[in-house]
Amino acid sequence: MKIKMPRWFYQLASPKWFYDITGMLLPWFGLAAILLLLVGSIWGLVFAPADYQQGNSFRIIYIHVPSSILAQSCYMMMAIAGAVGLIWKMKIAHVVAGACAPIGASIAVMSLATGAVWGKPTWGAWWVWDARLTAMLVLLFLYIGVIALNSAFENKASSDKATAILSLVGLVNIPIIKYSVEWWNTLHQPATFTVTEKPAMPPEMWIPLLVMVLGFYCFFAVVLMIRARIEVLEREKRSDWVKKVIENYGR
Amino acid sequence: MGSFTSFSDFIQMGTHGLYVWLSYGIALVIFIYNIVSAYLLKRQFFINAKRRLRREQGTI
Amino acid sequence: MNFLLSAIKRELLLVFRRRNDIINPLAFFLMVAVLFPLGVSPDPTFLSEVAPGVIWVAALLACLLSVDGIFRSDYEDGSLEQMLVSSESLLALVLAKVLTHWLVSGFCLAIISPLVAMMFFLPEQGYFALIVSLLIGTPTLSLMGAIGAALTVALRKGGVLISLLVLPLYIPVLIFGAGTVQAGAMGLAIQGYLALLAAILVLSLMLAPFAISAALKISVRS
Repeated sequence: MKIKMPRWFYQLASPKWFYDITGMLLPWFGLAAILLLLVGSIWGLVFAPADYQQGNSFRIIYIHVPSSILAQSCYMMMAIAGAVGLIWKMKIAHVVAGACAPIGASIAVMSLATGAVWGKPTWGAWWVWDARLTAMLVLLFLYIGVIALNSAFENKASSDKATAILSLVGLVNIPIIKYSVEWWNTLHQPATFTVTEKPAMPPEMWIPLLVMVLGFYCFFAVVLMIRARIEVLEREKRSDWVKKVIENYGR
Repeated sequence: MGSFTSFSDFIQMGTHGLYVWLSYGIALVIFIYNIVSAYLLKRQFFINAKRRLRREQGTI
Repeated sequence: MNFLLSAIKRELLLVFRRRNDIINPLAFFLMVAVLFPLGVSPDPTFLSEVAPGVIWVAALLACLLSVDGIFRSDYEDGSLEQMLVSSESLLALVLAKVLTHWLVSGFCLAIISPLVAMMFFLPEQGYFALIVSLLIGTPTLSLMGAIGAALTVALRKGGVLISLLVLPLYIPVLIFGAGTVQAGAMGLAIQGYLALLAAILVLSLMLAPFAISAALKISVRS
């Protein structure tokens, strides 16, 4: 299976090119992340109107929803990067996939923790077996499996491929898990009050949410690039350009 | 100030101050954890790499 | 096809030479099920309420426990490597191994499950649902478990790792399987649940063998 891809796609496979281009992009993404997160959280905390039903506790939405979205898309990105690495034998894709796992797991923890905190004033308990929260918990388990497998191999090449296969299997399973958990939830506790699906959110509520989602993505890109760059250096440490980078570091 | 009448009202968030600030605190901690752990990885790599490079150049 | 049959014959012969492989998952299944009345309460109404979930969880753990060894002995004596380089189809070999594992674990569990159901006072109308849901659900467990086993076969500490990898993937089967038994015990229609279990089985039967053989290639060449 050989599919013709555009030129930048093959350039991406060059570690040095990847290192240079991410070095150029990194400050811009960092700046965007700081700005978006600051603007979004101040807007959400101070200027967005309080919810008529939940009062001010609804302001947790500006953390909970972006982290849930990011945790899911991070898993998707990890699996797709793994597939690219398997199909085109591209090492950089495996590097990116490996860097996704710990970030995604921490973001899933954030989503679960803020969901639990939000549950206390809304449902009266720190943990409720709500379909979304349970599905997020399973996603965290999938991340833990990927991280555990990734660290179990001594050989980098087989660790890369094995984790790619596992995350692809997980990706296929995620829709099935979500569906089964939702179905299980309706069976056991009908008509729970869903938090995130408001009939119509006014723009002064959802615009800051959008800003926060973008900020979370930029933040993810920043941490991902930092981690991936170190991993590239680690893997290419015998090459001359990395030796030059090491020599110039800290001068 | 925004949708609040006073600063203390903003801190208390109606009656939900604990929950709102706790979740923003959790988010902040996880953000900082991500940045710091990535930074520590970077520092560790460069410390090890410099040491290795010096050793290699010393033997030649 | 011929190769598939002869591979199945070989696997079954191997299993019959080590009869413990059949007995152990079954004994484990019984013991885990017995822990619940001892640990929680022997009250019949409580037990009949939790029976579907407990029996399914015990069956799932028994499958998980035995799937770890599915490729292990062939990997250790080097015959797995021979099979990978031979001209015979790897997919057929994988299917034979998974099928044998299912016959030894899931199939036998389904056969003895009425015994546990009786101890848990499951209403009699739920017995059929229990056996059929185990028969349709456990092959999926064997297939998914074999992916984990293939990924970890070359690793020394495979045992705990495989449960971390595989347990999250077992959740849909557990939900629909226990749901079938619950519906059956209440005298409701179970066709819909069985159709869902069968759909998951067909999907995993189509995709899992490829994942297993890819994982085996990685493990053996590492």
